[in-house]
Amino acid sequence: MAETSTTPASARSWHPVARYGDMARLWVRAELSYPASFAMLVVGSMLINALDFAGIAIMFSSIDSLGGFGLREIALLYGATGVGIGIADTLIGSVERIGEFIRTGRLDQMLTKPVPLLVQVCSDRFTLRRLGRITQAGVVMAWALPVVDWTPSRVLVAVLMVLSSSALFFGLFVLFSCVQFWTSDASEFANAFTYGGNTLTQYPLTVFPRELAIALTVVLPIAFVNWYPCLYLLGRSDPFGFPAWLQFCSPLAASVVVAAALLVWRTGVRRYTSTGS
Amino acid sequence: MPLIDVSGLERTFVVRRRAGFVRRTRSEVRAVHDLTFSVETGEMVGYIGPNGAGKSTTIKMLTGILVPTAGSLRVAGLDPSRQRTQLAQRIGVVFGQRTTLWWDLPLRDSFELLRKIYRIPDARYRENLDRFVELLDLGDQLDTPVRQLSLGQRMRGDITAALLHDPEILYLDEPTIGLDVVSKGRLREFLRALNAERSTTLLLTTHDLQDIEALCDRVIVIDHGTSVYDGSLGGLHAQGGSSRTLVVDLVDEGPPIDVPGAWVRKVEGPRQWLSFPTEASAAPVVAAVAAAYDVADLSIQEPDIEDVIRDLYSRGA
Ligand SMILES: Nc1ncnc2c1ncn2[C@@H]1O[C@H](COP(=O)(O)OP(=O)(O)OP(=O)(O)O)[C@@H](O)[C@H]1O
Ligand SMILES: [Mg+2]
Repeated sequence: MAETSTTPASARSWHPVARYGDMARLWVRAELSYPASFAMLVVGSMLINALDFAGIAIMFSSIDSLGGFGLREIALLYGATGVGIGIADTLIGSVERIGEFIRTGRLDQMLTKPVPLLVQVCSDRFTLRRLGRITQAGVVMAWALPVVDWTPSRVLVAVLMVLSSSALFFGLFVLFSCVQFWTSDASEFANAFTYGGNTLTQYPLTVFPRELAIALTVVLPIAFVNWYPCLYLLGRSDPFGFPAWLQFCSPLAASVVVAAALLVWRTGVRRYTSTGS
Repeated sequence: MPLIDVSGLERTFVVRRRAGFVRRTRSEVRAVHDLTFSVETGEMVGYIGPNGAGKSTTIKMLTGILVPTAGSLRVAGLDPSRQRTQLAQRIGVVFGQRTTLWWDLPLRDSFELLRKIYRIPDARYRENLDRFVELLDLGDQLDTPVRQLSLGQRMRGDITAALLHDPEILYLDEPTIGLDVVSKGRLREFLRALNAERSTTLLLTTHDLQDIEALCDRVIVIDHGTSVYDGSLGGLHAQGGSSRTLVVDLVDEGPPIDVPGAWVRKVEGPRQWLSFPTEASAAPVVAAVAAAYDVADLSIQEPDIEDVIRDLYSRGA
């Protein structure tokens, strides 16, 4: 019986992602077994998201530009951050529920399973419902694409922008969810930074004071989600006079945030104290 | 090397209590303290102790859920908290108070998820599932969402869930909570068979001493985080200095019976309770009583393990 249960080392490398896929598939299957309620939720989420951008578009019926940016340019910013947070939220949105997992003892159960904890937490109750948001943000971004004067290097930066913004939000979700290892009911706190960050980045940073722009570059680096790469895509020089090389630093910022998040996550897991019963 | 090897194990918790409006006092709870024991492959060990003794905390360290504060700990040659995912493949855990199943999914889907998590080969999975479902009588519940199961049904589901991947070690933390007499009997039989066929090592925590008597040759009693007894179940009796009891029904009420080798513990009308040492034979005592008194009925009670343990617990307190 022992032979069947030990894992060969070679098979372990593909383990986490494959495990994620397996588990997510089962949740999707369960979700689709109630097609009517699934359809309603998806349509509902699309409607809510559509209204979200409609608000900004309506604003432009009375103004021509916001912080020096036109509607299509803002749509590019909006789409980039929306797709980023949408992908991150779809793939790992459950990490917000870590506090609930701690309180209910679910985390104990997960810790006794041979799959990395983060993979289990993120795939728990995987749902396609969140695809509504990605779709909406994707449509807005597609509509904005003609505003860019495309060159091969801009295509590259655009692709890296989408990947980095997903990774950045991934890192932020994990990082702020980790707070719940210390105080297990701080999920609102996490939301303030992730969703709050998303809202801030829907606007050009020029509408905010310079201090905030600095803070969003070096403290909570969400300016790298869309702002800096979009400046490059739009061929603009930095309105705050910050160095131009920042426009290529999104992948670096994303890597730093993800690394920090994984480190804090490990620390949180090691100091996890479970519950008394 | 023993399969489970624990030495000088220690775990403290920091608890903060409110002391006034904002002020907090910080104190330490020592849940496990200088705990040492080892378990060999194939043993079935009862791990018992009063509430708050540190049983669940020990199991959480053995499974890698909690990181020990101090001491050394090896399970199947691995360090549980550092090699947790590797160890997980080889152990099964049931926390009777909590479920490992997914609340919203039918039992079958929960098992299916576990098949993916443990990467159980298809044939093995089907074989195990069929067998456990039959032995634990779960056939009718397979398509019921877990939240609609009764406590006992859910528990049987949890036990199946812990065993689908053929673990070498099974930790059971109060697995018989909420089970009726028939289910308890079935579960015990099932665990015994599992141990006999696959030499699955079993560490069982329970407050139902019948579980222990039915399953475990060895018990570890823990109190205030440290082991106060480790040995055979039989040996516990001697530890407790316990005695057997002769219950005598006299024809008429009378003064306390006076025979050599036994002493009266209680008198209630014509019925008297006499104690005599566990090691001594009952025959001479019975003969002496029958010779000197008018006896209507006699019976012998074996020492009650619960009494022994209660004794042990209160001595530690
Ligand atoms: N997460 C925790 N935080 C703080 N204290 C804890 C925690 N877990 C356990 N304790 C404390 O540690 C001690 C041992 O608890 P544990 O749960 O191990 O006891 P137990 O032997 O399993 O008891 P029971 O029979 O009631 O299940 C208790 O005093 C408990 O209050
Ligand atoms: Mg307990």
